[in-house]
Amino acid sequence: MALRDQLGPYFGEYGGRFVPESLIAALDELDAAYTAAKVDPLFQEELAELHRTYTGRPSIITEVPRFAAHAGGARIILKREDLNHTGSHKINNVLGQAMLARRLGKTRLIAETGAGQHGVATATAAALFGMECVVFMGEVDTERQALNVARMRLLGAEVIPVTAGSRTLKDAINEALRDWVANVENTHYLLGTVAGPHPFPVMVRDFHKIIGEEARAQVLELTGALPDAVTACVGGGSNAMGIFHAFLDDPDVALYGYEAAGDGADTPRHAATITKGRPGVLHGARSYLLQDEDGQTVESHSISAGLDYPGVGPEHSWLADIGRAQYRPITDDEAMSAMRLLSMTEGIIPAIETAHALAGTIKLGLELGPDATILVNLSGRGDKDMETAGKYFDILDTATPMVEVPAGLSTLSGSIRDSL
Amino acid sequence: MSTATASTVEAVIAARKAAGSGALVGYLPVGFPDLRTSIEAAVALAENGVDVIELGLPYSDPVMDGPVIQEATLTALKGGFKLRHGFEAIAEITTRTNVPVLLMTYWNPVVQYGVDRFADDLIAAGGAGLITPDLIPDEARDWLAASSRTGLDRVFLAAPSSTDARLDQAVRQSRGFVYTVSTMGITGARSDVDVAAKTLVARLREAGATSTCVGLGISSPDQVREVLRYADGAIVGSALVKALADGGVSAVAATAAYLATGTLS
Repeated sequence: MALRDQLGPYFGEYGGRFVPESLIAALDELDAAYTAAKVDPLFQEELAELHRTYTGRPSIITEVPRFAAHAGGARIILKREDLNHTGSHKINNVLGQAMLARRLGKTRLIAETGAGQHGVATATAAALFGMECVVFMGEVDTERQALNVARMRLLGAEVIPVTAGSRTLKDAINEALRDWVANVENTHYLLGTVAGPHPFPVMVRDFHKIIGEEARAQVLELTGALPDAVTACVGGGSNAMGIFHAFLDDPDVALYGYEAAGDGADTPRHAATITKGRPGVLHGARSYLLQDEDGQTVESHSISAGLDYPGVGPEHSWLADIGRAQYRPITDDEAMSAMRLLSMTEGIIPAIETAHALAGTIKLGLELGPDATILVNLSGRGDKDMETAGKYFDILDTATPMVEVPAGLSTLSGSIRDSL
Repeated sequence: MSTATASTVEAVIAARKAAGSGALVGYLPVGFPDLRTSIEAAVALAENGVDVIELGLPYSDPVMDGPVIQEATLTALKGGFKLRHGFEAIAEITTRTNVPVLLMTYWNPVVQYGVDRFADDLIAAGGAGLITPDLIPDEARDWLAASSRTGLDRVFLAAPSSTDARLDQAVRQSRGFVYTVSTMGITGARSDVDVAAKTLVARLREAGATSTCVGLGISSPDQVREVLRYADGAIVGSALVKALADGGVSAVAATAAYLATGTLS
């Protein structure tokens, strides 16, 4: 079987459905609706039309030679999911699931969000479809992503700050699951990543695989060949699965996922799930997991709210085990340097999540050399991160403008040397 | 229901049923507010009319639990709770009382401990079996094997939303009792026990269930009495946890005794 044809519920030993019995009927109902929609031309046409007239698809690709000059001269091409409506890849999945929810007669959408990108996308779809929307967001994240909280509220959604546990993405998912158990009759849980119980991992991947399908054709047209490598950041892993999927059966295309290493993968403060975790069960699926010896989930840490998650989608765990994709850690500092580098060399401000992929791509470019072509999923834009970036770079005070370009590079090159 | 070897839990529930009422199942998390007190509180349940103890194993991500139990289990974890403390607690409780002790645990701790090792250590400690809120029989191959091998009880959940085929599976695979989820929701006291519970118990009977206990939202003797009119047991959790949090072991003892009046016909 082609790697692309995996349909779940298991990817190797990963995936499944580890949820309370109360949710099984809803998951079965969703699975049936999704299976039908997949082969329903009306559904597919409507989704394609929405992508053309609302999302702004196909998203373009942009070659970034000035950035690439800092990455060993490899040819670097960005897939511009940041240009989608709502500013990230998240809208691809949200529109698809909202259409399914409507088919199922559900009138209320609930979602978890970390960085706020998925929450904003869900609130957007709810507004578009005339549905009620409740977004669960860790209290820590509502503070560091205040702008996105305001966006969701302006779109008519209720944002509930979650004060349980570590008050981040993992706890927002717990709270969303609890709400879903109680309100499953009229509510669809619009899960935002390729994790959770079946059918979410396969369904969310399928709604995002358009990223890789478009990019594969676009790169072929631009360069006449497939890229040597495809890169993406990985938290839960939705943008990475979206761009990887079209290339899974192209054996000459290497796939790299970059995990958030926070203060460093060898410190206690990171979110490098595949790099440092081991298989376990969380949020409905078996996958790699950051946990202690008793199986208690360990709190993750990352400057990027969207990657600050101790789990990862089961398909990534499987791809890691079979060696089809490689997963590497990127620290906060490396990501922030790459964020600044892309901004200053190309005039594109990436989300901090996405900056992890860019930092990884710089290292990879140095490894592969100037003949390589690397396709990067530029999964989101950085507008939402100005508060964090402003503090990090100390540029909120307009009296002290930042001048020198290479300052961030010296940090990055240093860390690249260390890691090679 | 599997009857290869006798289930103590099933026998205890059946005896209460035969005597004209039904069983009271009492939940408390081990390690809350600390290990010592949680053991004393569990013994107090046994001494005050609770027929089966459901001992909750604290877990970092308890998606089936409401605020009261979340807070208690988080306190236990912050206090340094480790899985081995759970086995120590069961060993002491079962030495001091004759009431069977089921462990209620989310699945990942069992996976990490090793399913077979967990089963062996549980039976060595005198535990009766497991209640698994996030493990459905479909995903339970290892646990079905380990429980069959050791004779431990395995309590699966049945929900108002479950199809007939799934109820049938829950009845066939459960041992001890079927955990009948009274309402679509999570743990926590409610003023009314959903009528859905009665319907669900009737459907489980249809599927051949002889031992069904209803849980979620039960917090008063009246609710216990009402549930026992149609079910074999009533499960109380949050109300006991709240009593322990507010008034310590003596409050748990008093609350258990008060709830147990609902089992007297």
